[in-house]
Amino acid sequence: MSFIVNLVNGISLGSVYAIIALGYTMVYGIAKMLNFAHGDVIMIGGYITFVFMTDMGISPILATFLAAICCTVIGVLVENIAYRPLRGANSLSVLITAIGVSYFLQNIALLIFGPNTKSFRSVVPFSAVKFFDGKLIVSGESIVTIVVCIIIMILLTLFINKTKLGVAMLAVSEDRGASILMGINVNKTIALTFAIGSFLAGIAGVLLCSAYPTLTPTTGAMPGIKAFVAAVIGGIGSISGAFFGGILLGVLEILSRAYISSQLSDAIVFSLLIIMLSVKPQGLLGKMNIEKV
Amino acid sequence: MKKILSLVMCFILTFSIVACGSKASVNENINEESEVFKIGGIGPTTGGAAIYGTAVKNAIQIAVDELNEGSGINGYKIDFRFEDDEHDVEKAVNAYNTLKDWGMKMLIGTVTSSPCIGVAEETFRDNMFQITPSGSSQECTTNPNVFRVCFSDPDQGKASAEYISSHNIATKVGVIYDASDVYSSYIYDTFVANSKGLNYEIVAEESFTADSKTDFTTQLNKIKNAGADLVFLPFYYSEAALVLNQANAMDYHPTFFSCDGMDGILTLDNFDKSLAEGVMLLTPFAADATDSLTKDFVAKYQSKYGDIPNQFAADAYDAVYIIKAAAEKGNINPNMSYGEICDVLKNTMTEITVDGLTGKNMQWNQNGEPEKEAKAVVISNGAYKVLD
Repeated sequence: MSFIVNLVNGISLGSVYAIIALGYTMVYGIAKMLNFAHGDVIMIGGYITFVFMTDMGISPILATFLAAICCTVIGVLVENIAYRPLRGANSLSVLITAIGVSYFLQNIALLIFGPNTKSFRSVVPFSAVKFFDGKLIVSGESIVTIVVCIIIMILLTLFINKTKLGVAMLAVSEDRGASILMGINVNKTIALTFAIGSFLAGIAGVLLCSAYPTLTPTTGAMPGIKAFVAAVIGGIGSISGAFFGGILLGVLEILSRAYISSQLSDAIVFSLLIIMLSVKPQGLLGKMNIEKV
Repeated sequence: MKKILSLVMCFILTFSIVACGSKASVNENINEESEVFKIGGIGPTTGGAAIYGTAVKNAIQIAVDELNEGSGINGYKIDFRFEDDEHDVEKAVNAYNTLKDWGMKMLIGTVTSSPCIGVAEETFRDNMFQITPSGSSQECTTNPNVFRVCFSDPDQGKASAEYISSHNIATKVGVIYDASDVYSSYIYDTFVANSKGLNYEIVAEESFTADSKTDFTTQLNKIKNAGADLVFLPFYYSEAALVLNQANAMDYHPTFFSCDGMDGILTLDNFDKSLAEGVMLLTPFAADATDSLTKDFVAKYQSKYGDIPNQFAADAYDAVYIIKAAAEKGNINPNMSYGEICDVLKNTMTEITVDGLTGKNMQWNQNGEPEKEAKAVVISNGAYKVLD
């Protein structure tokens, strides 16, 4: 019984990682850059929802939607100001810039919202579901997170494969040079990618803060890093990979905490990343790219 | 050569001023701008532990204002300056250097343990007197120039064990602690060591680290399955809020017992206070106490900062009066160098007895540890209530 409880807790935690990982993998897959500021856009999303809900009294669903819109604007702005000028630069410069943006967003949040921890009230309207006389409790937040995760996954896959803009994204990710020659506006396509990624970050922020209801300027940092690990394990660039990587990571973290050691759980999770990278560098569901000379 | 000469001249000049000062009646110096005690403070006023640093800063300001309106310290006024360290060792040392450049003679700080240990090394090298209101880690006061107002972590773990046992509030105890934090680990260690042979049993010992401080369901599940009726949470309130939330979500309602790190949970923005109902914490200060000193301080703090002061504020307020007592016993003046002041205060600290907000008849031993009584409060109807 306790194994099932732990498994369910692991899936709940994993679903949070998965929804963050979707944003990482999407931006990496198309723009071929690691947007390390993704975790911080999530944090901003949490704060915006907090302000809308507590200070203005807007309903949770509308607040979530507005926060996602605000995050989209922030994401596009960040892309325009910080990343676009570096389009031709080497990947290391872009990575450093992303880390810079991450700290910038954290400190902006510190300035605007102050350093004190804020307690977030869950946006999920229904309470936990109980099984086996209350021995197994599945929180409403985890159910919503998993459902939202799956919906986003399906919508993203449909969008990328069935729409013109989505196909343009695919083309940019496969061969940027050739897609320019085919008349695709690469800058617009990448901006759109960031817009979608940041919209997802806004939703992820609300769900993260609903599941773990404290909010500080560094709220997004550690989940962001773990979600990145999840995206790499699942195969960065692969949308379903991000989902399964996230769930796998969450389950492993909770199980190692429950059955091996609560102190070693992170060490175990990150060793998994190292093993994964040495055995299957492209990740669980990632595509192997052979560099042709 | 010229430099050395000018330094010597400076020294002579300073010395002659000191000599003049001592001839004149000390109490007449109170209005003289140049002759003030420069007291520095360091603590986090931004970042995760900002609630503590801000409380300390505000409370010191209140005490300093009181003294400046009255007779000051040994007849001299006080100039106070507070620097932010964001609960970070490196920034705390930078803040210390900034204050030293400003001309600080005595340091109240730092507020949190890890930065305090770093700064204590610097003050020891410089021979600067340091009193930390709330740096409770044992290493904070290893050096002879550092004293503290609050209990040390080991003492808090011991006091918690004794309190739980003597008040019969539990038979089976579970512990969760932050293995990556000195404060939490120390309390945990002494709590476990001092629990041997007492009338309760520790049935589960679980930990977490700074990198995994959001999900506590596994730890709570293990403790619940072990049948604990009291859960000891020796860590800070931001994480404790999550623990309370998750325990409530899984329908687990034991007694939660914590130390001074829990102080602040009620000021958490938008926090559902009903979750903290019945939480007990060890603290030397309760804002609803009825003695005139506490009432007076709480009223002043509330009217000036609009908040009810926490234990950190009380510790800091006491720190100023402790410095006053030790300074007057040693008859120091602002023209002495910080090294000379430190040499005097190191000795007089062990001779004074202070009645403050955080205890009556507080005394200090050579190790810089205070000797006073432990008290506990329980959260009831969203406020602290003093327990006997």
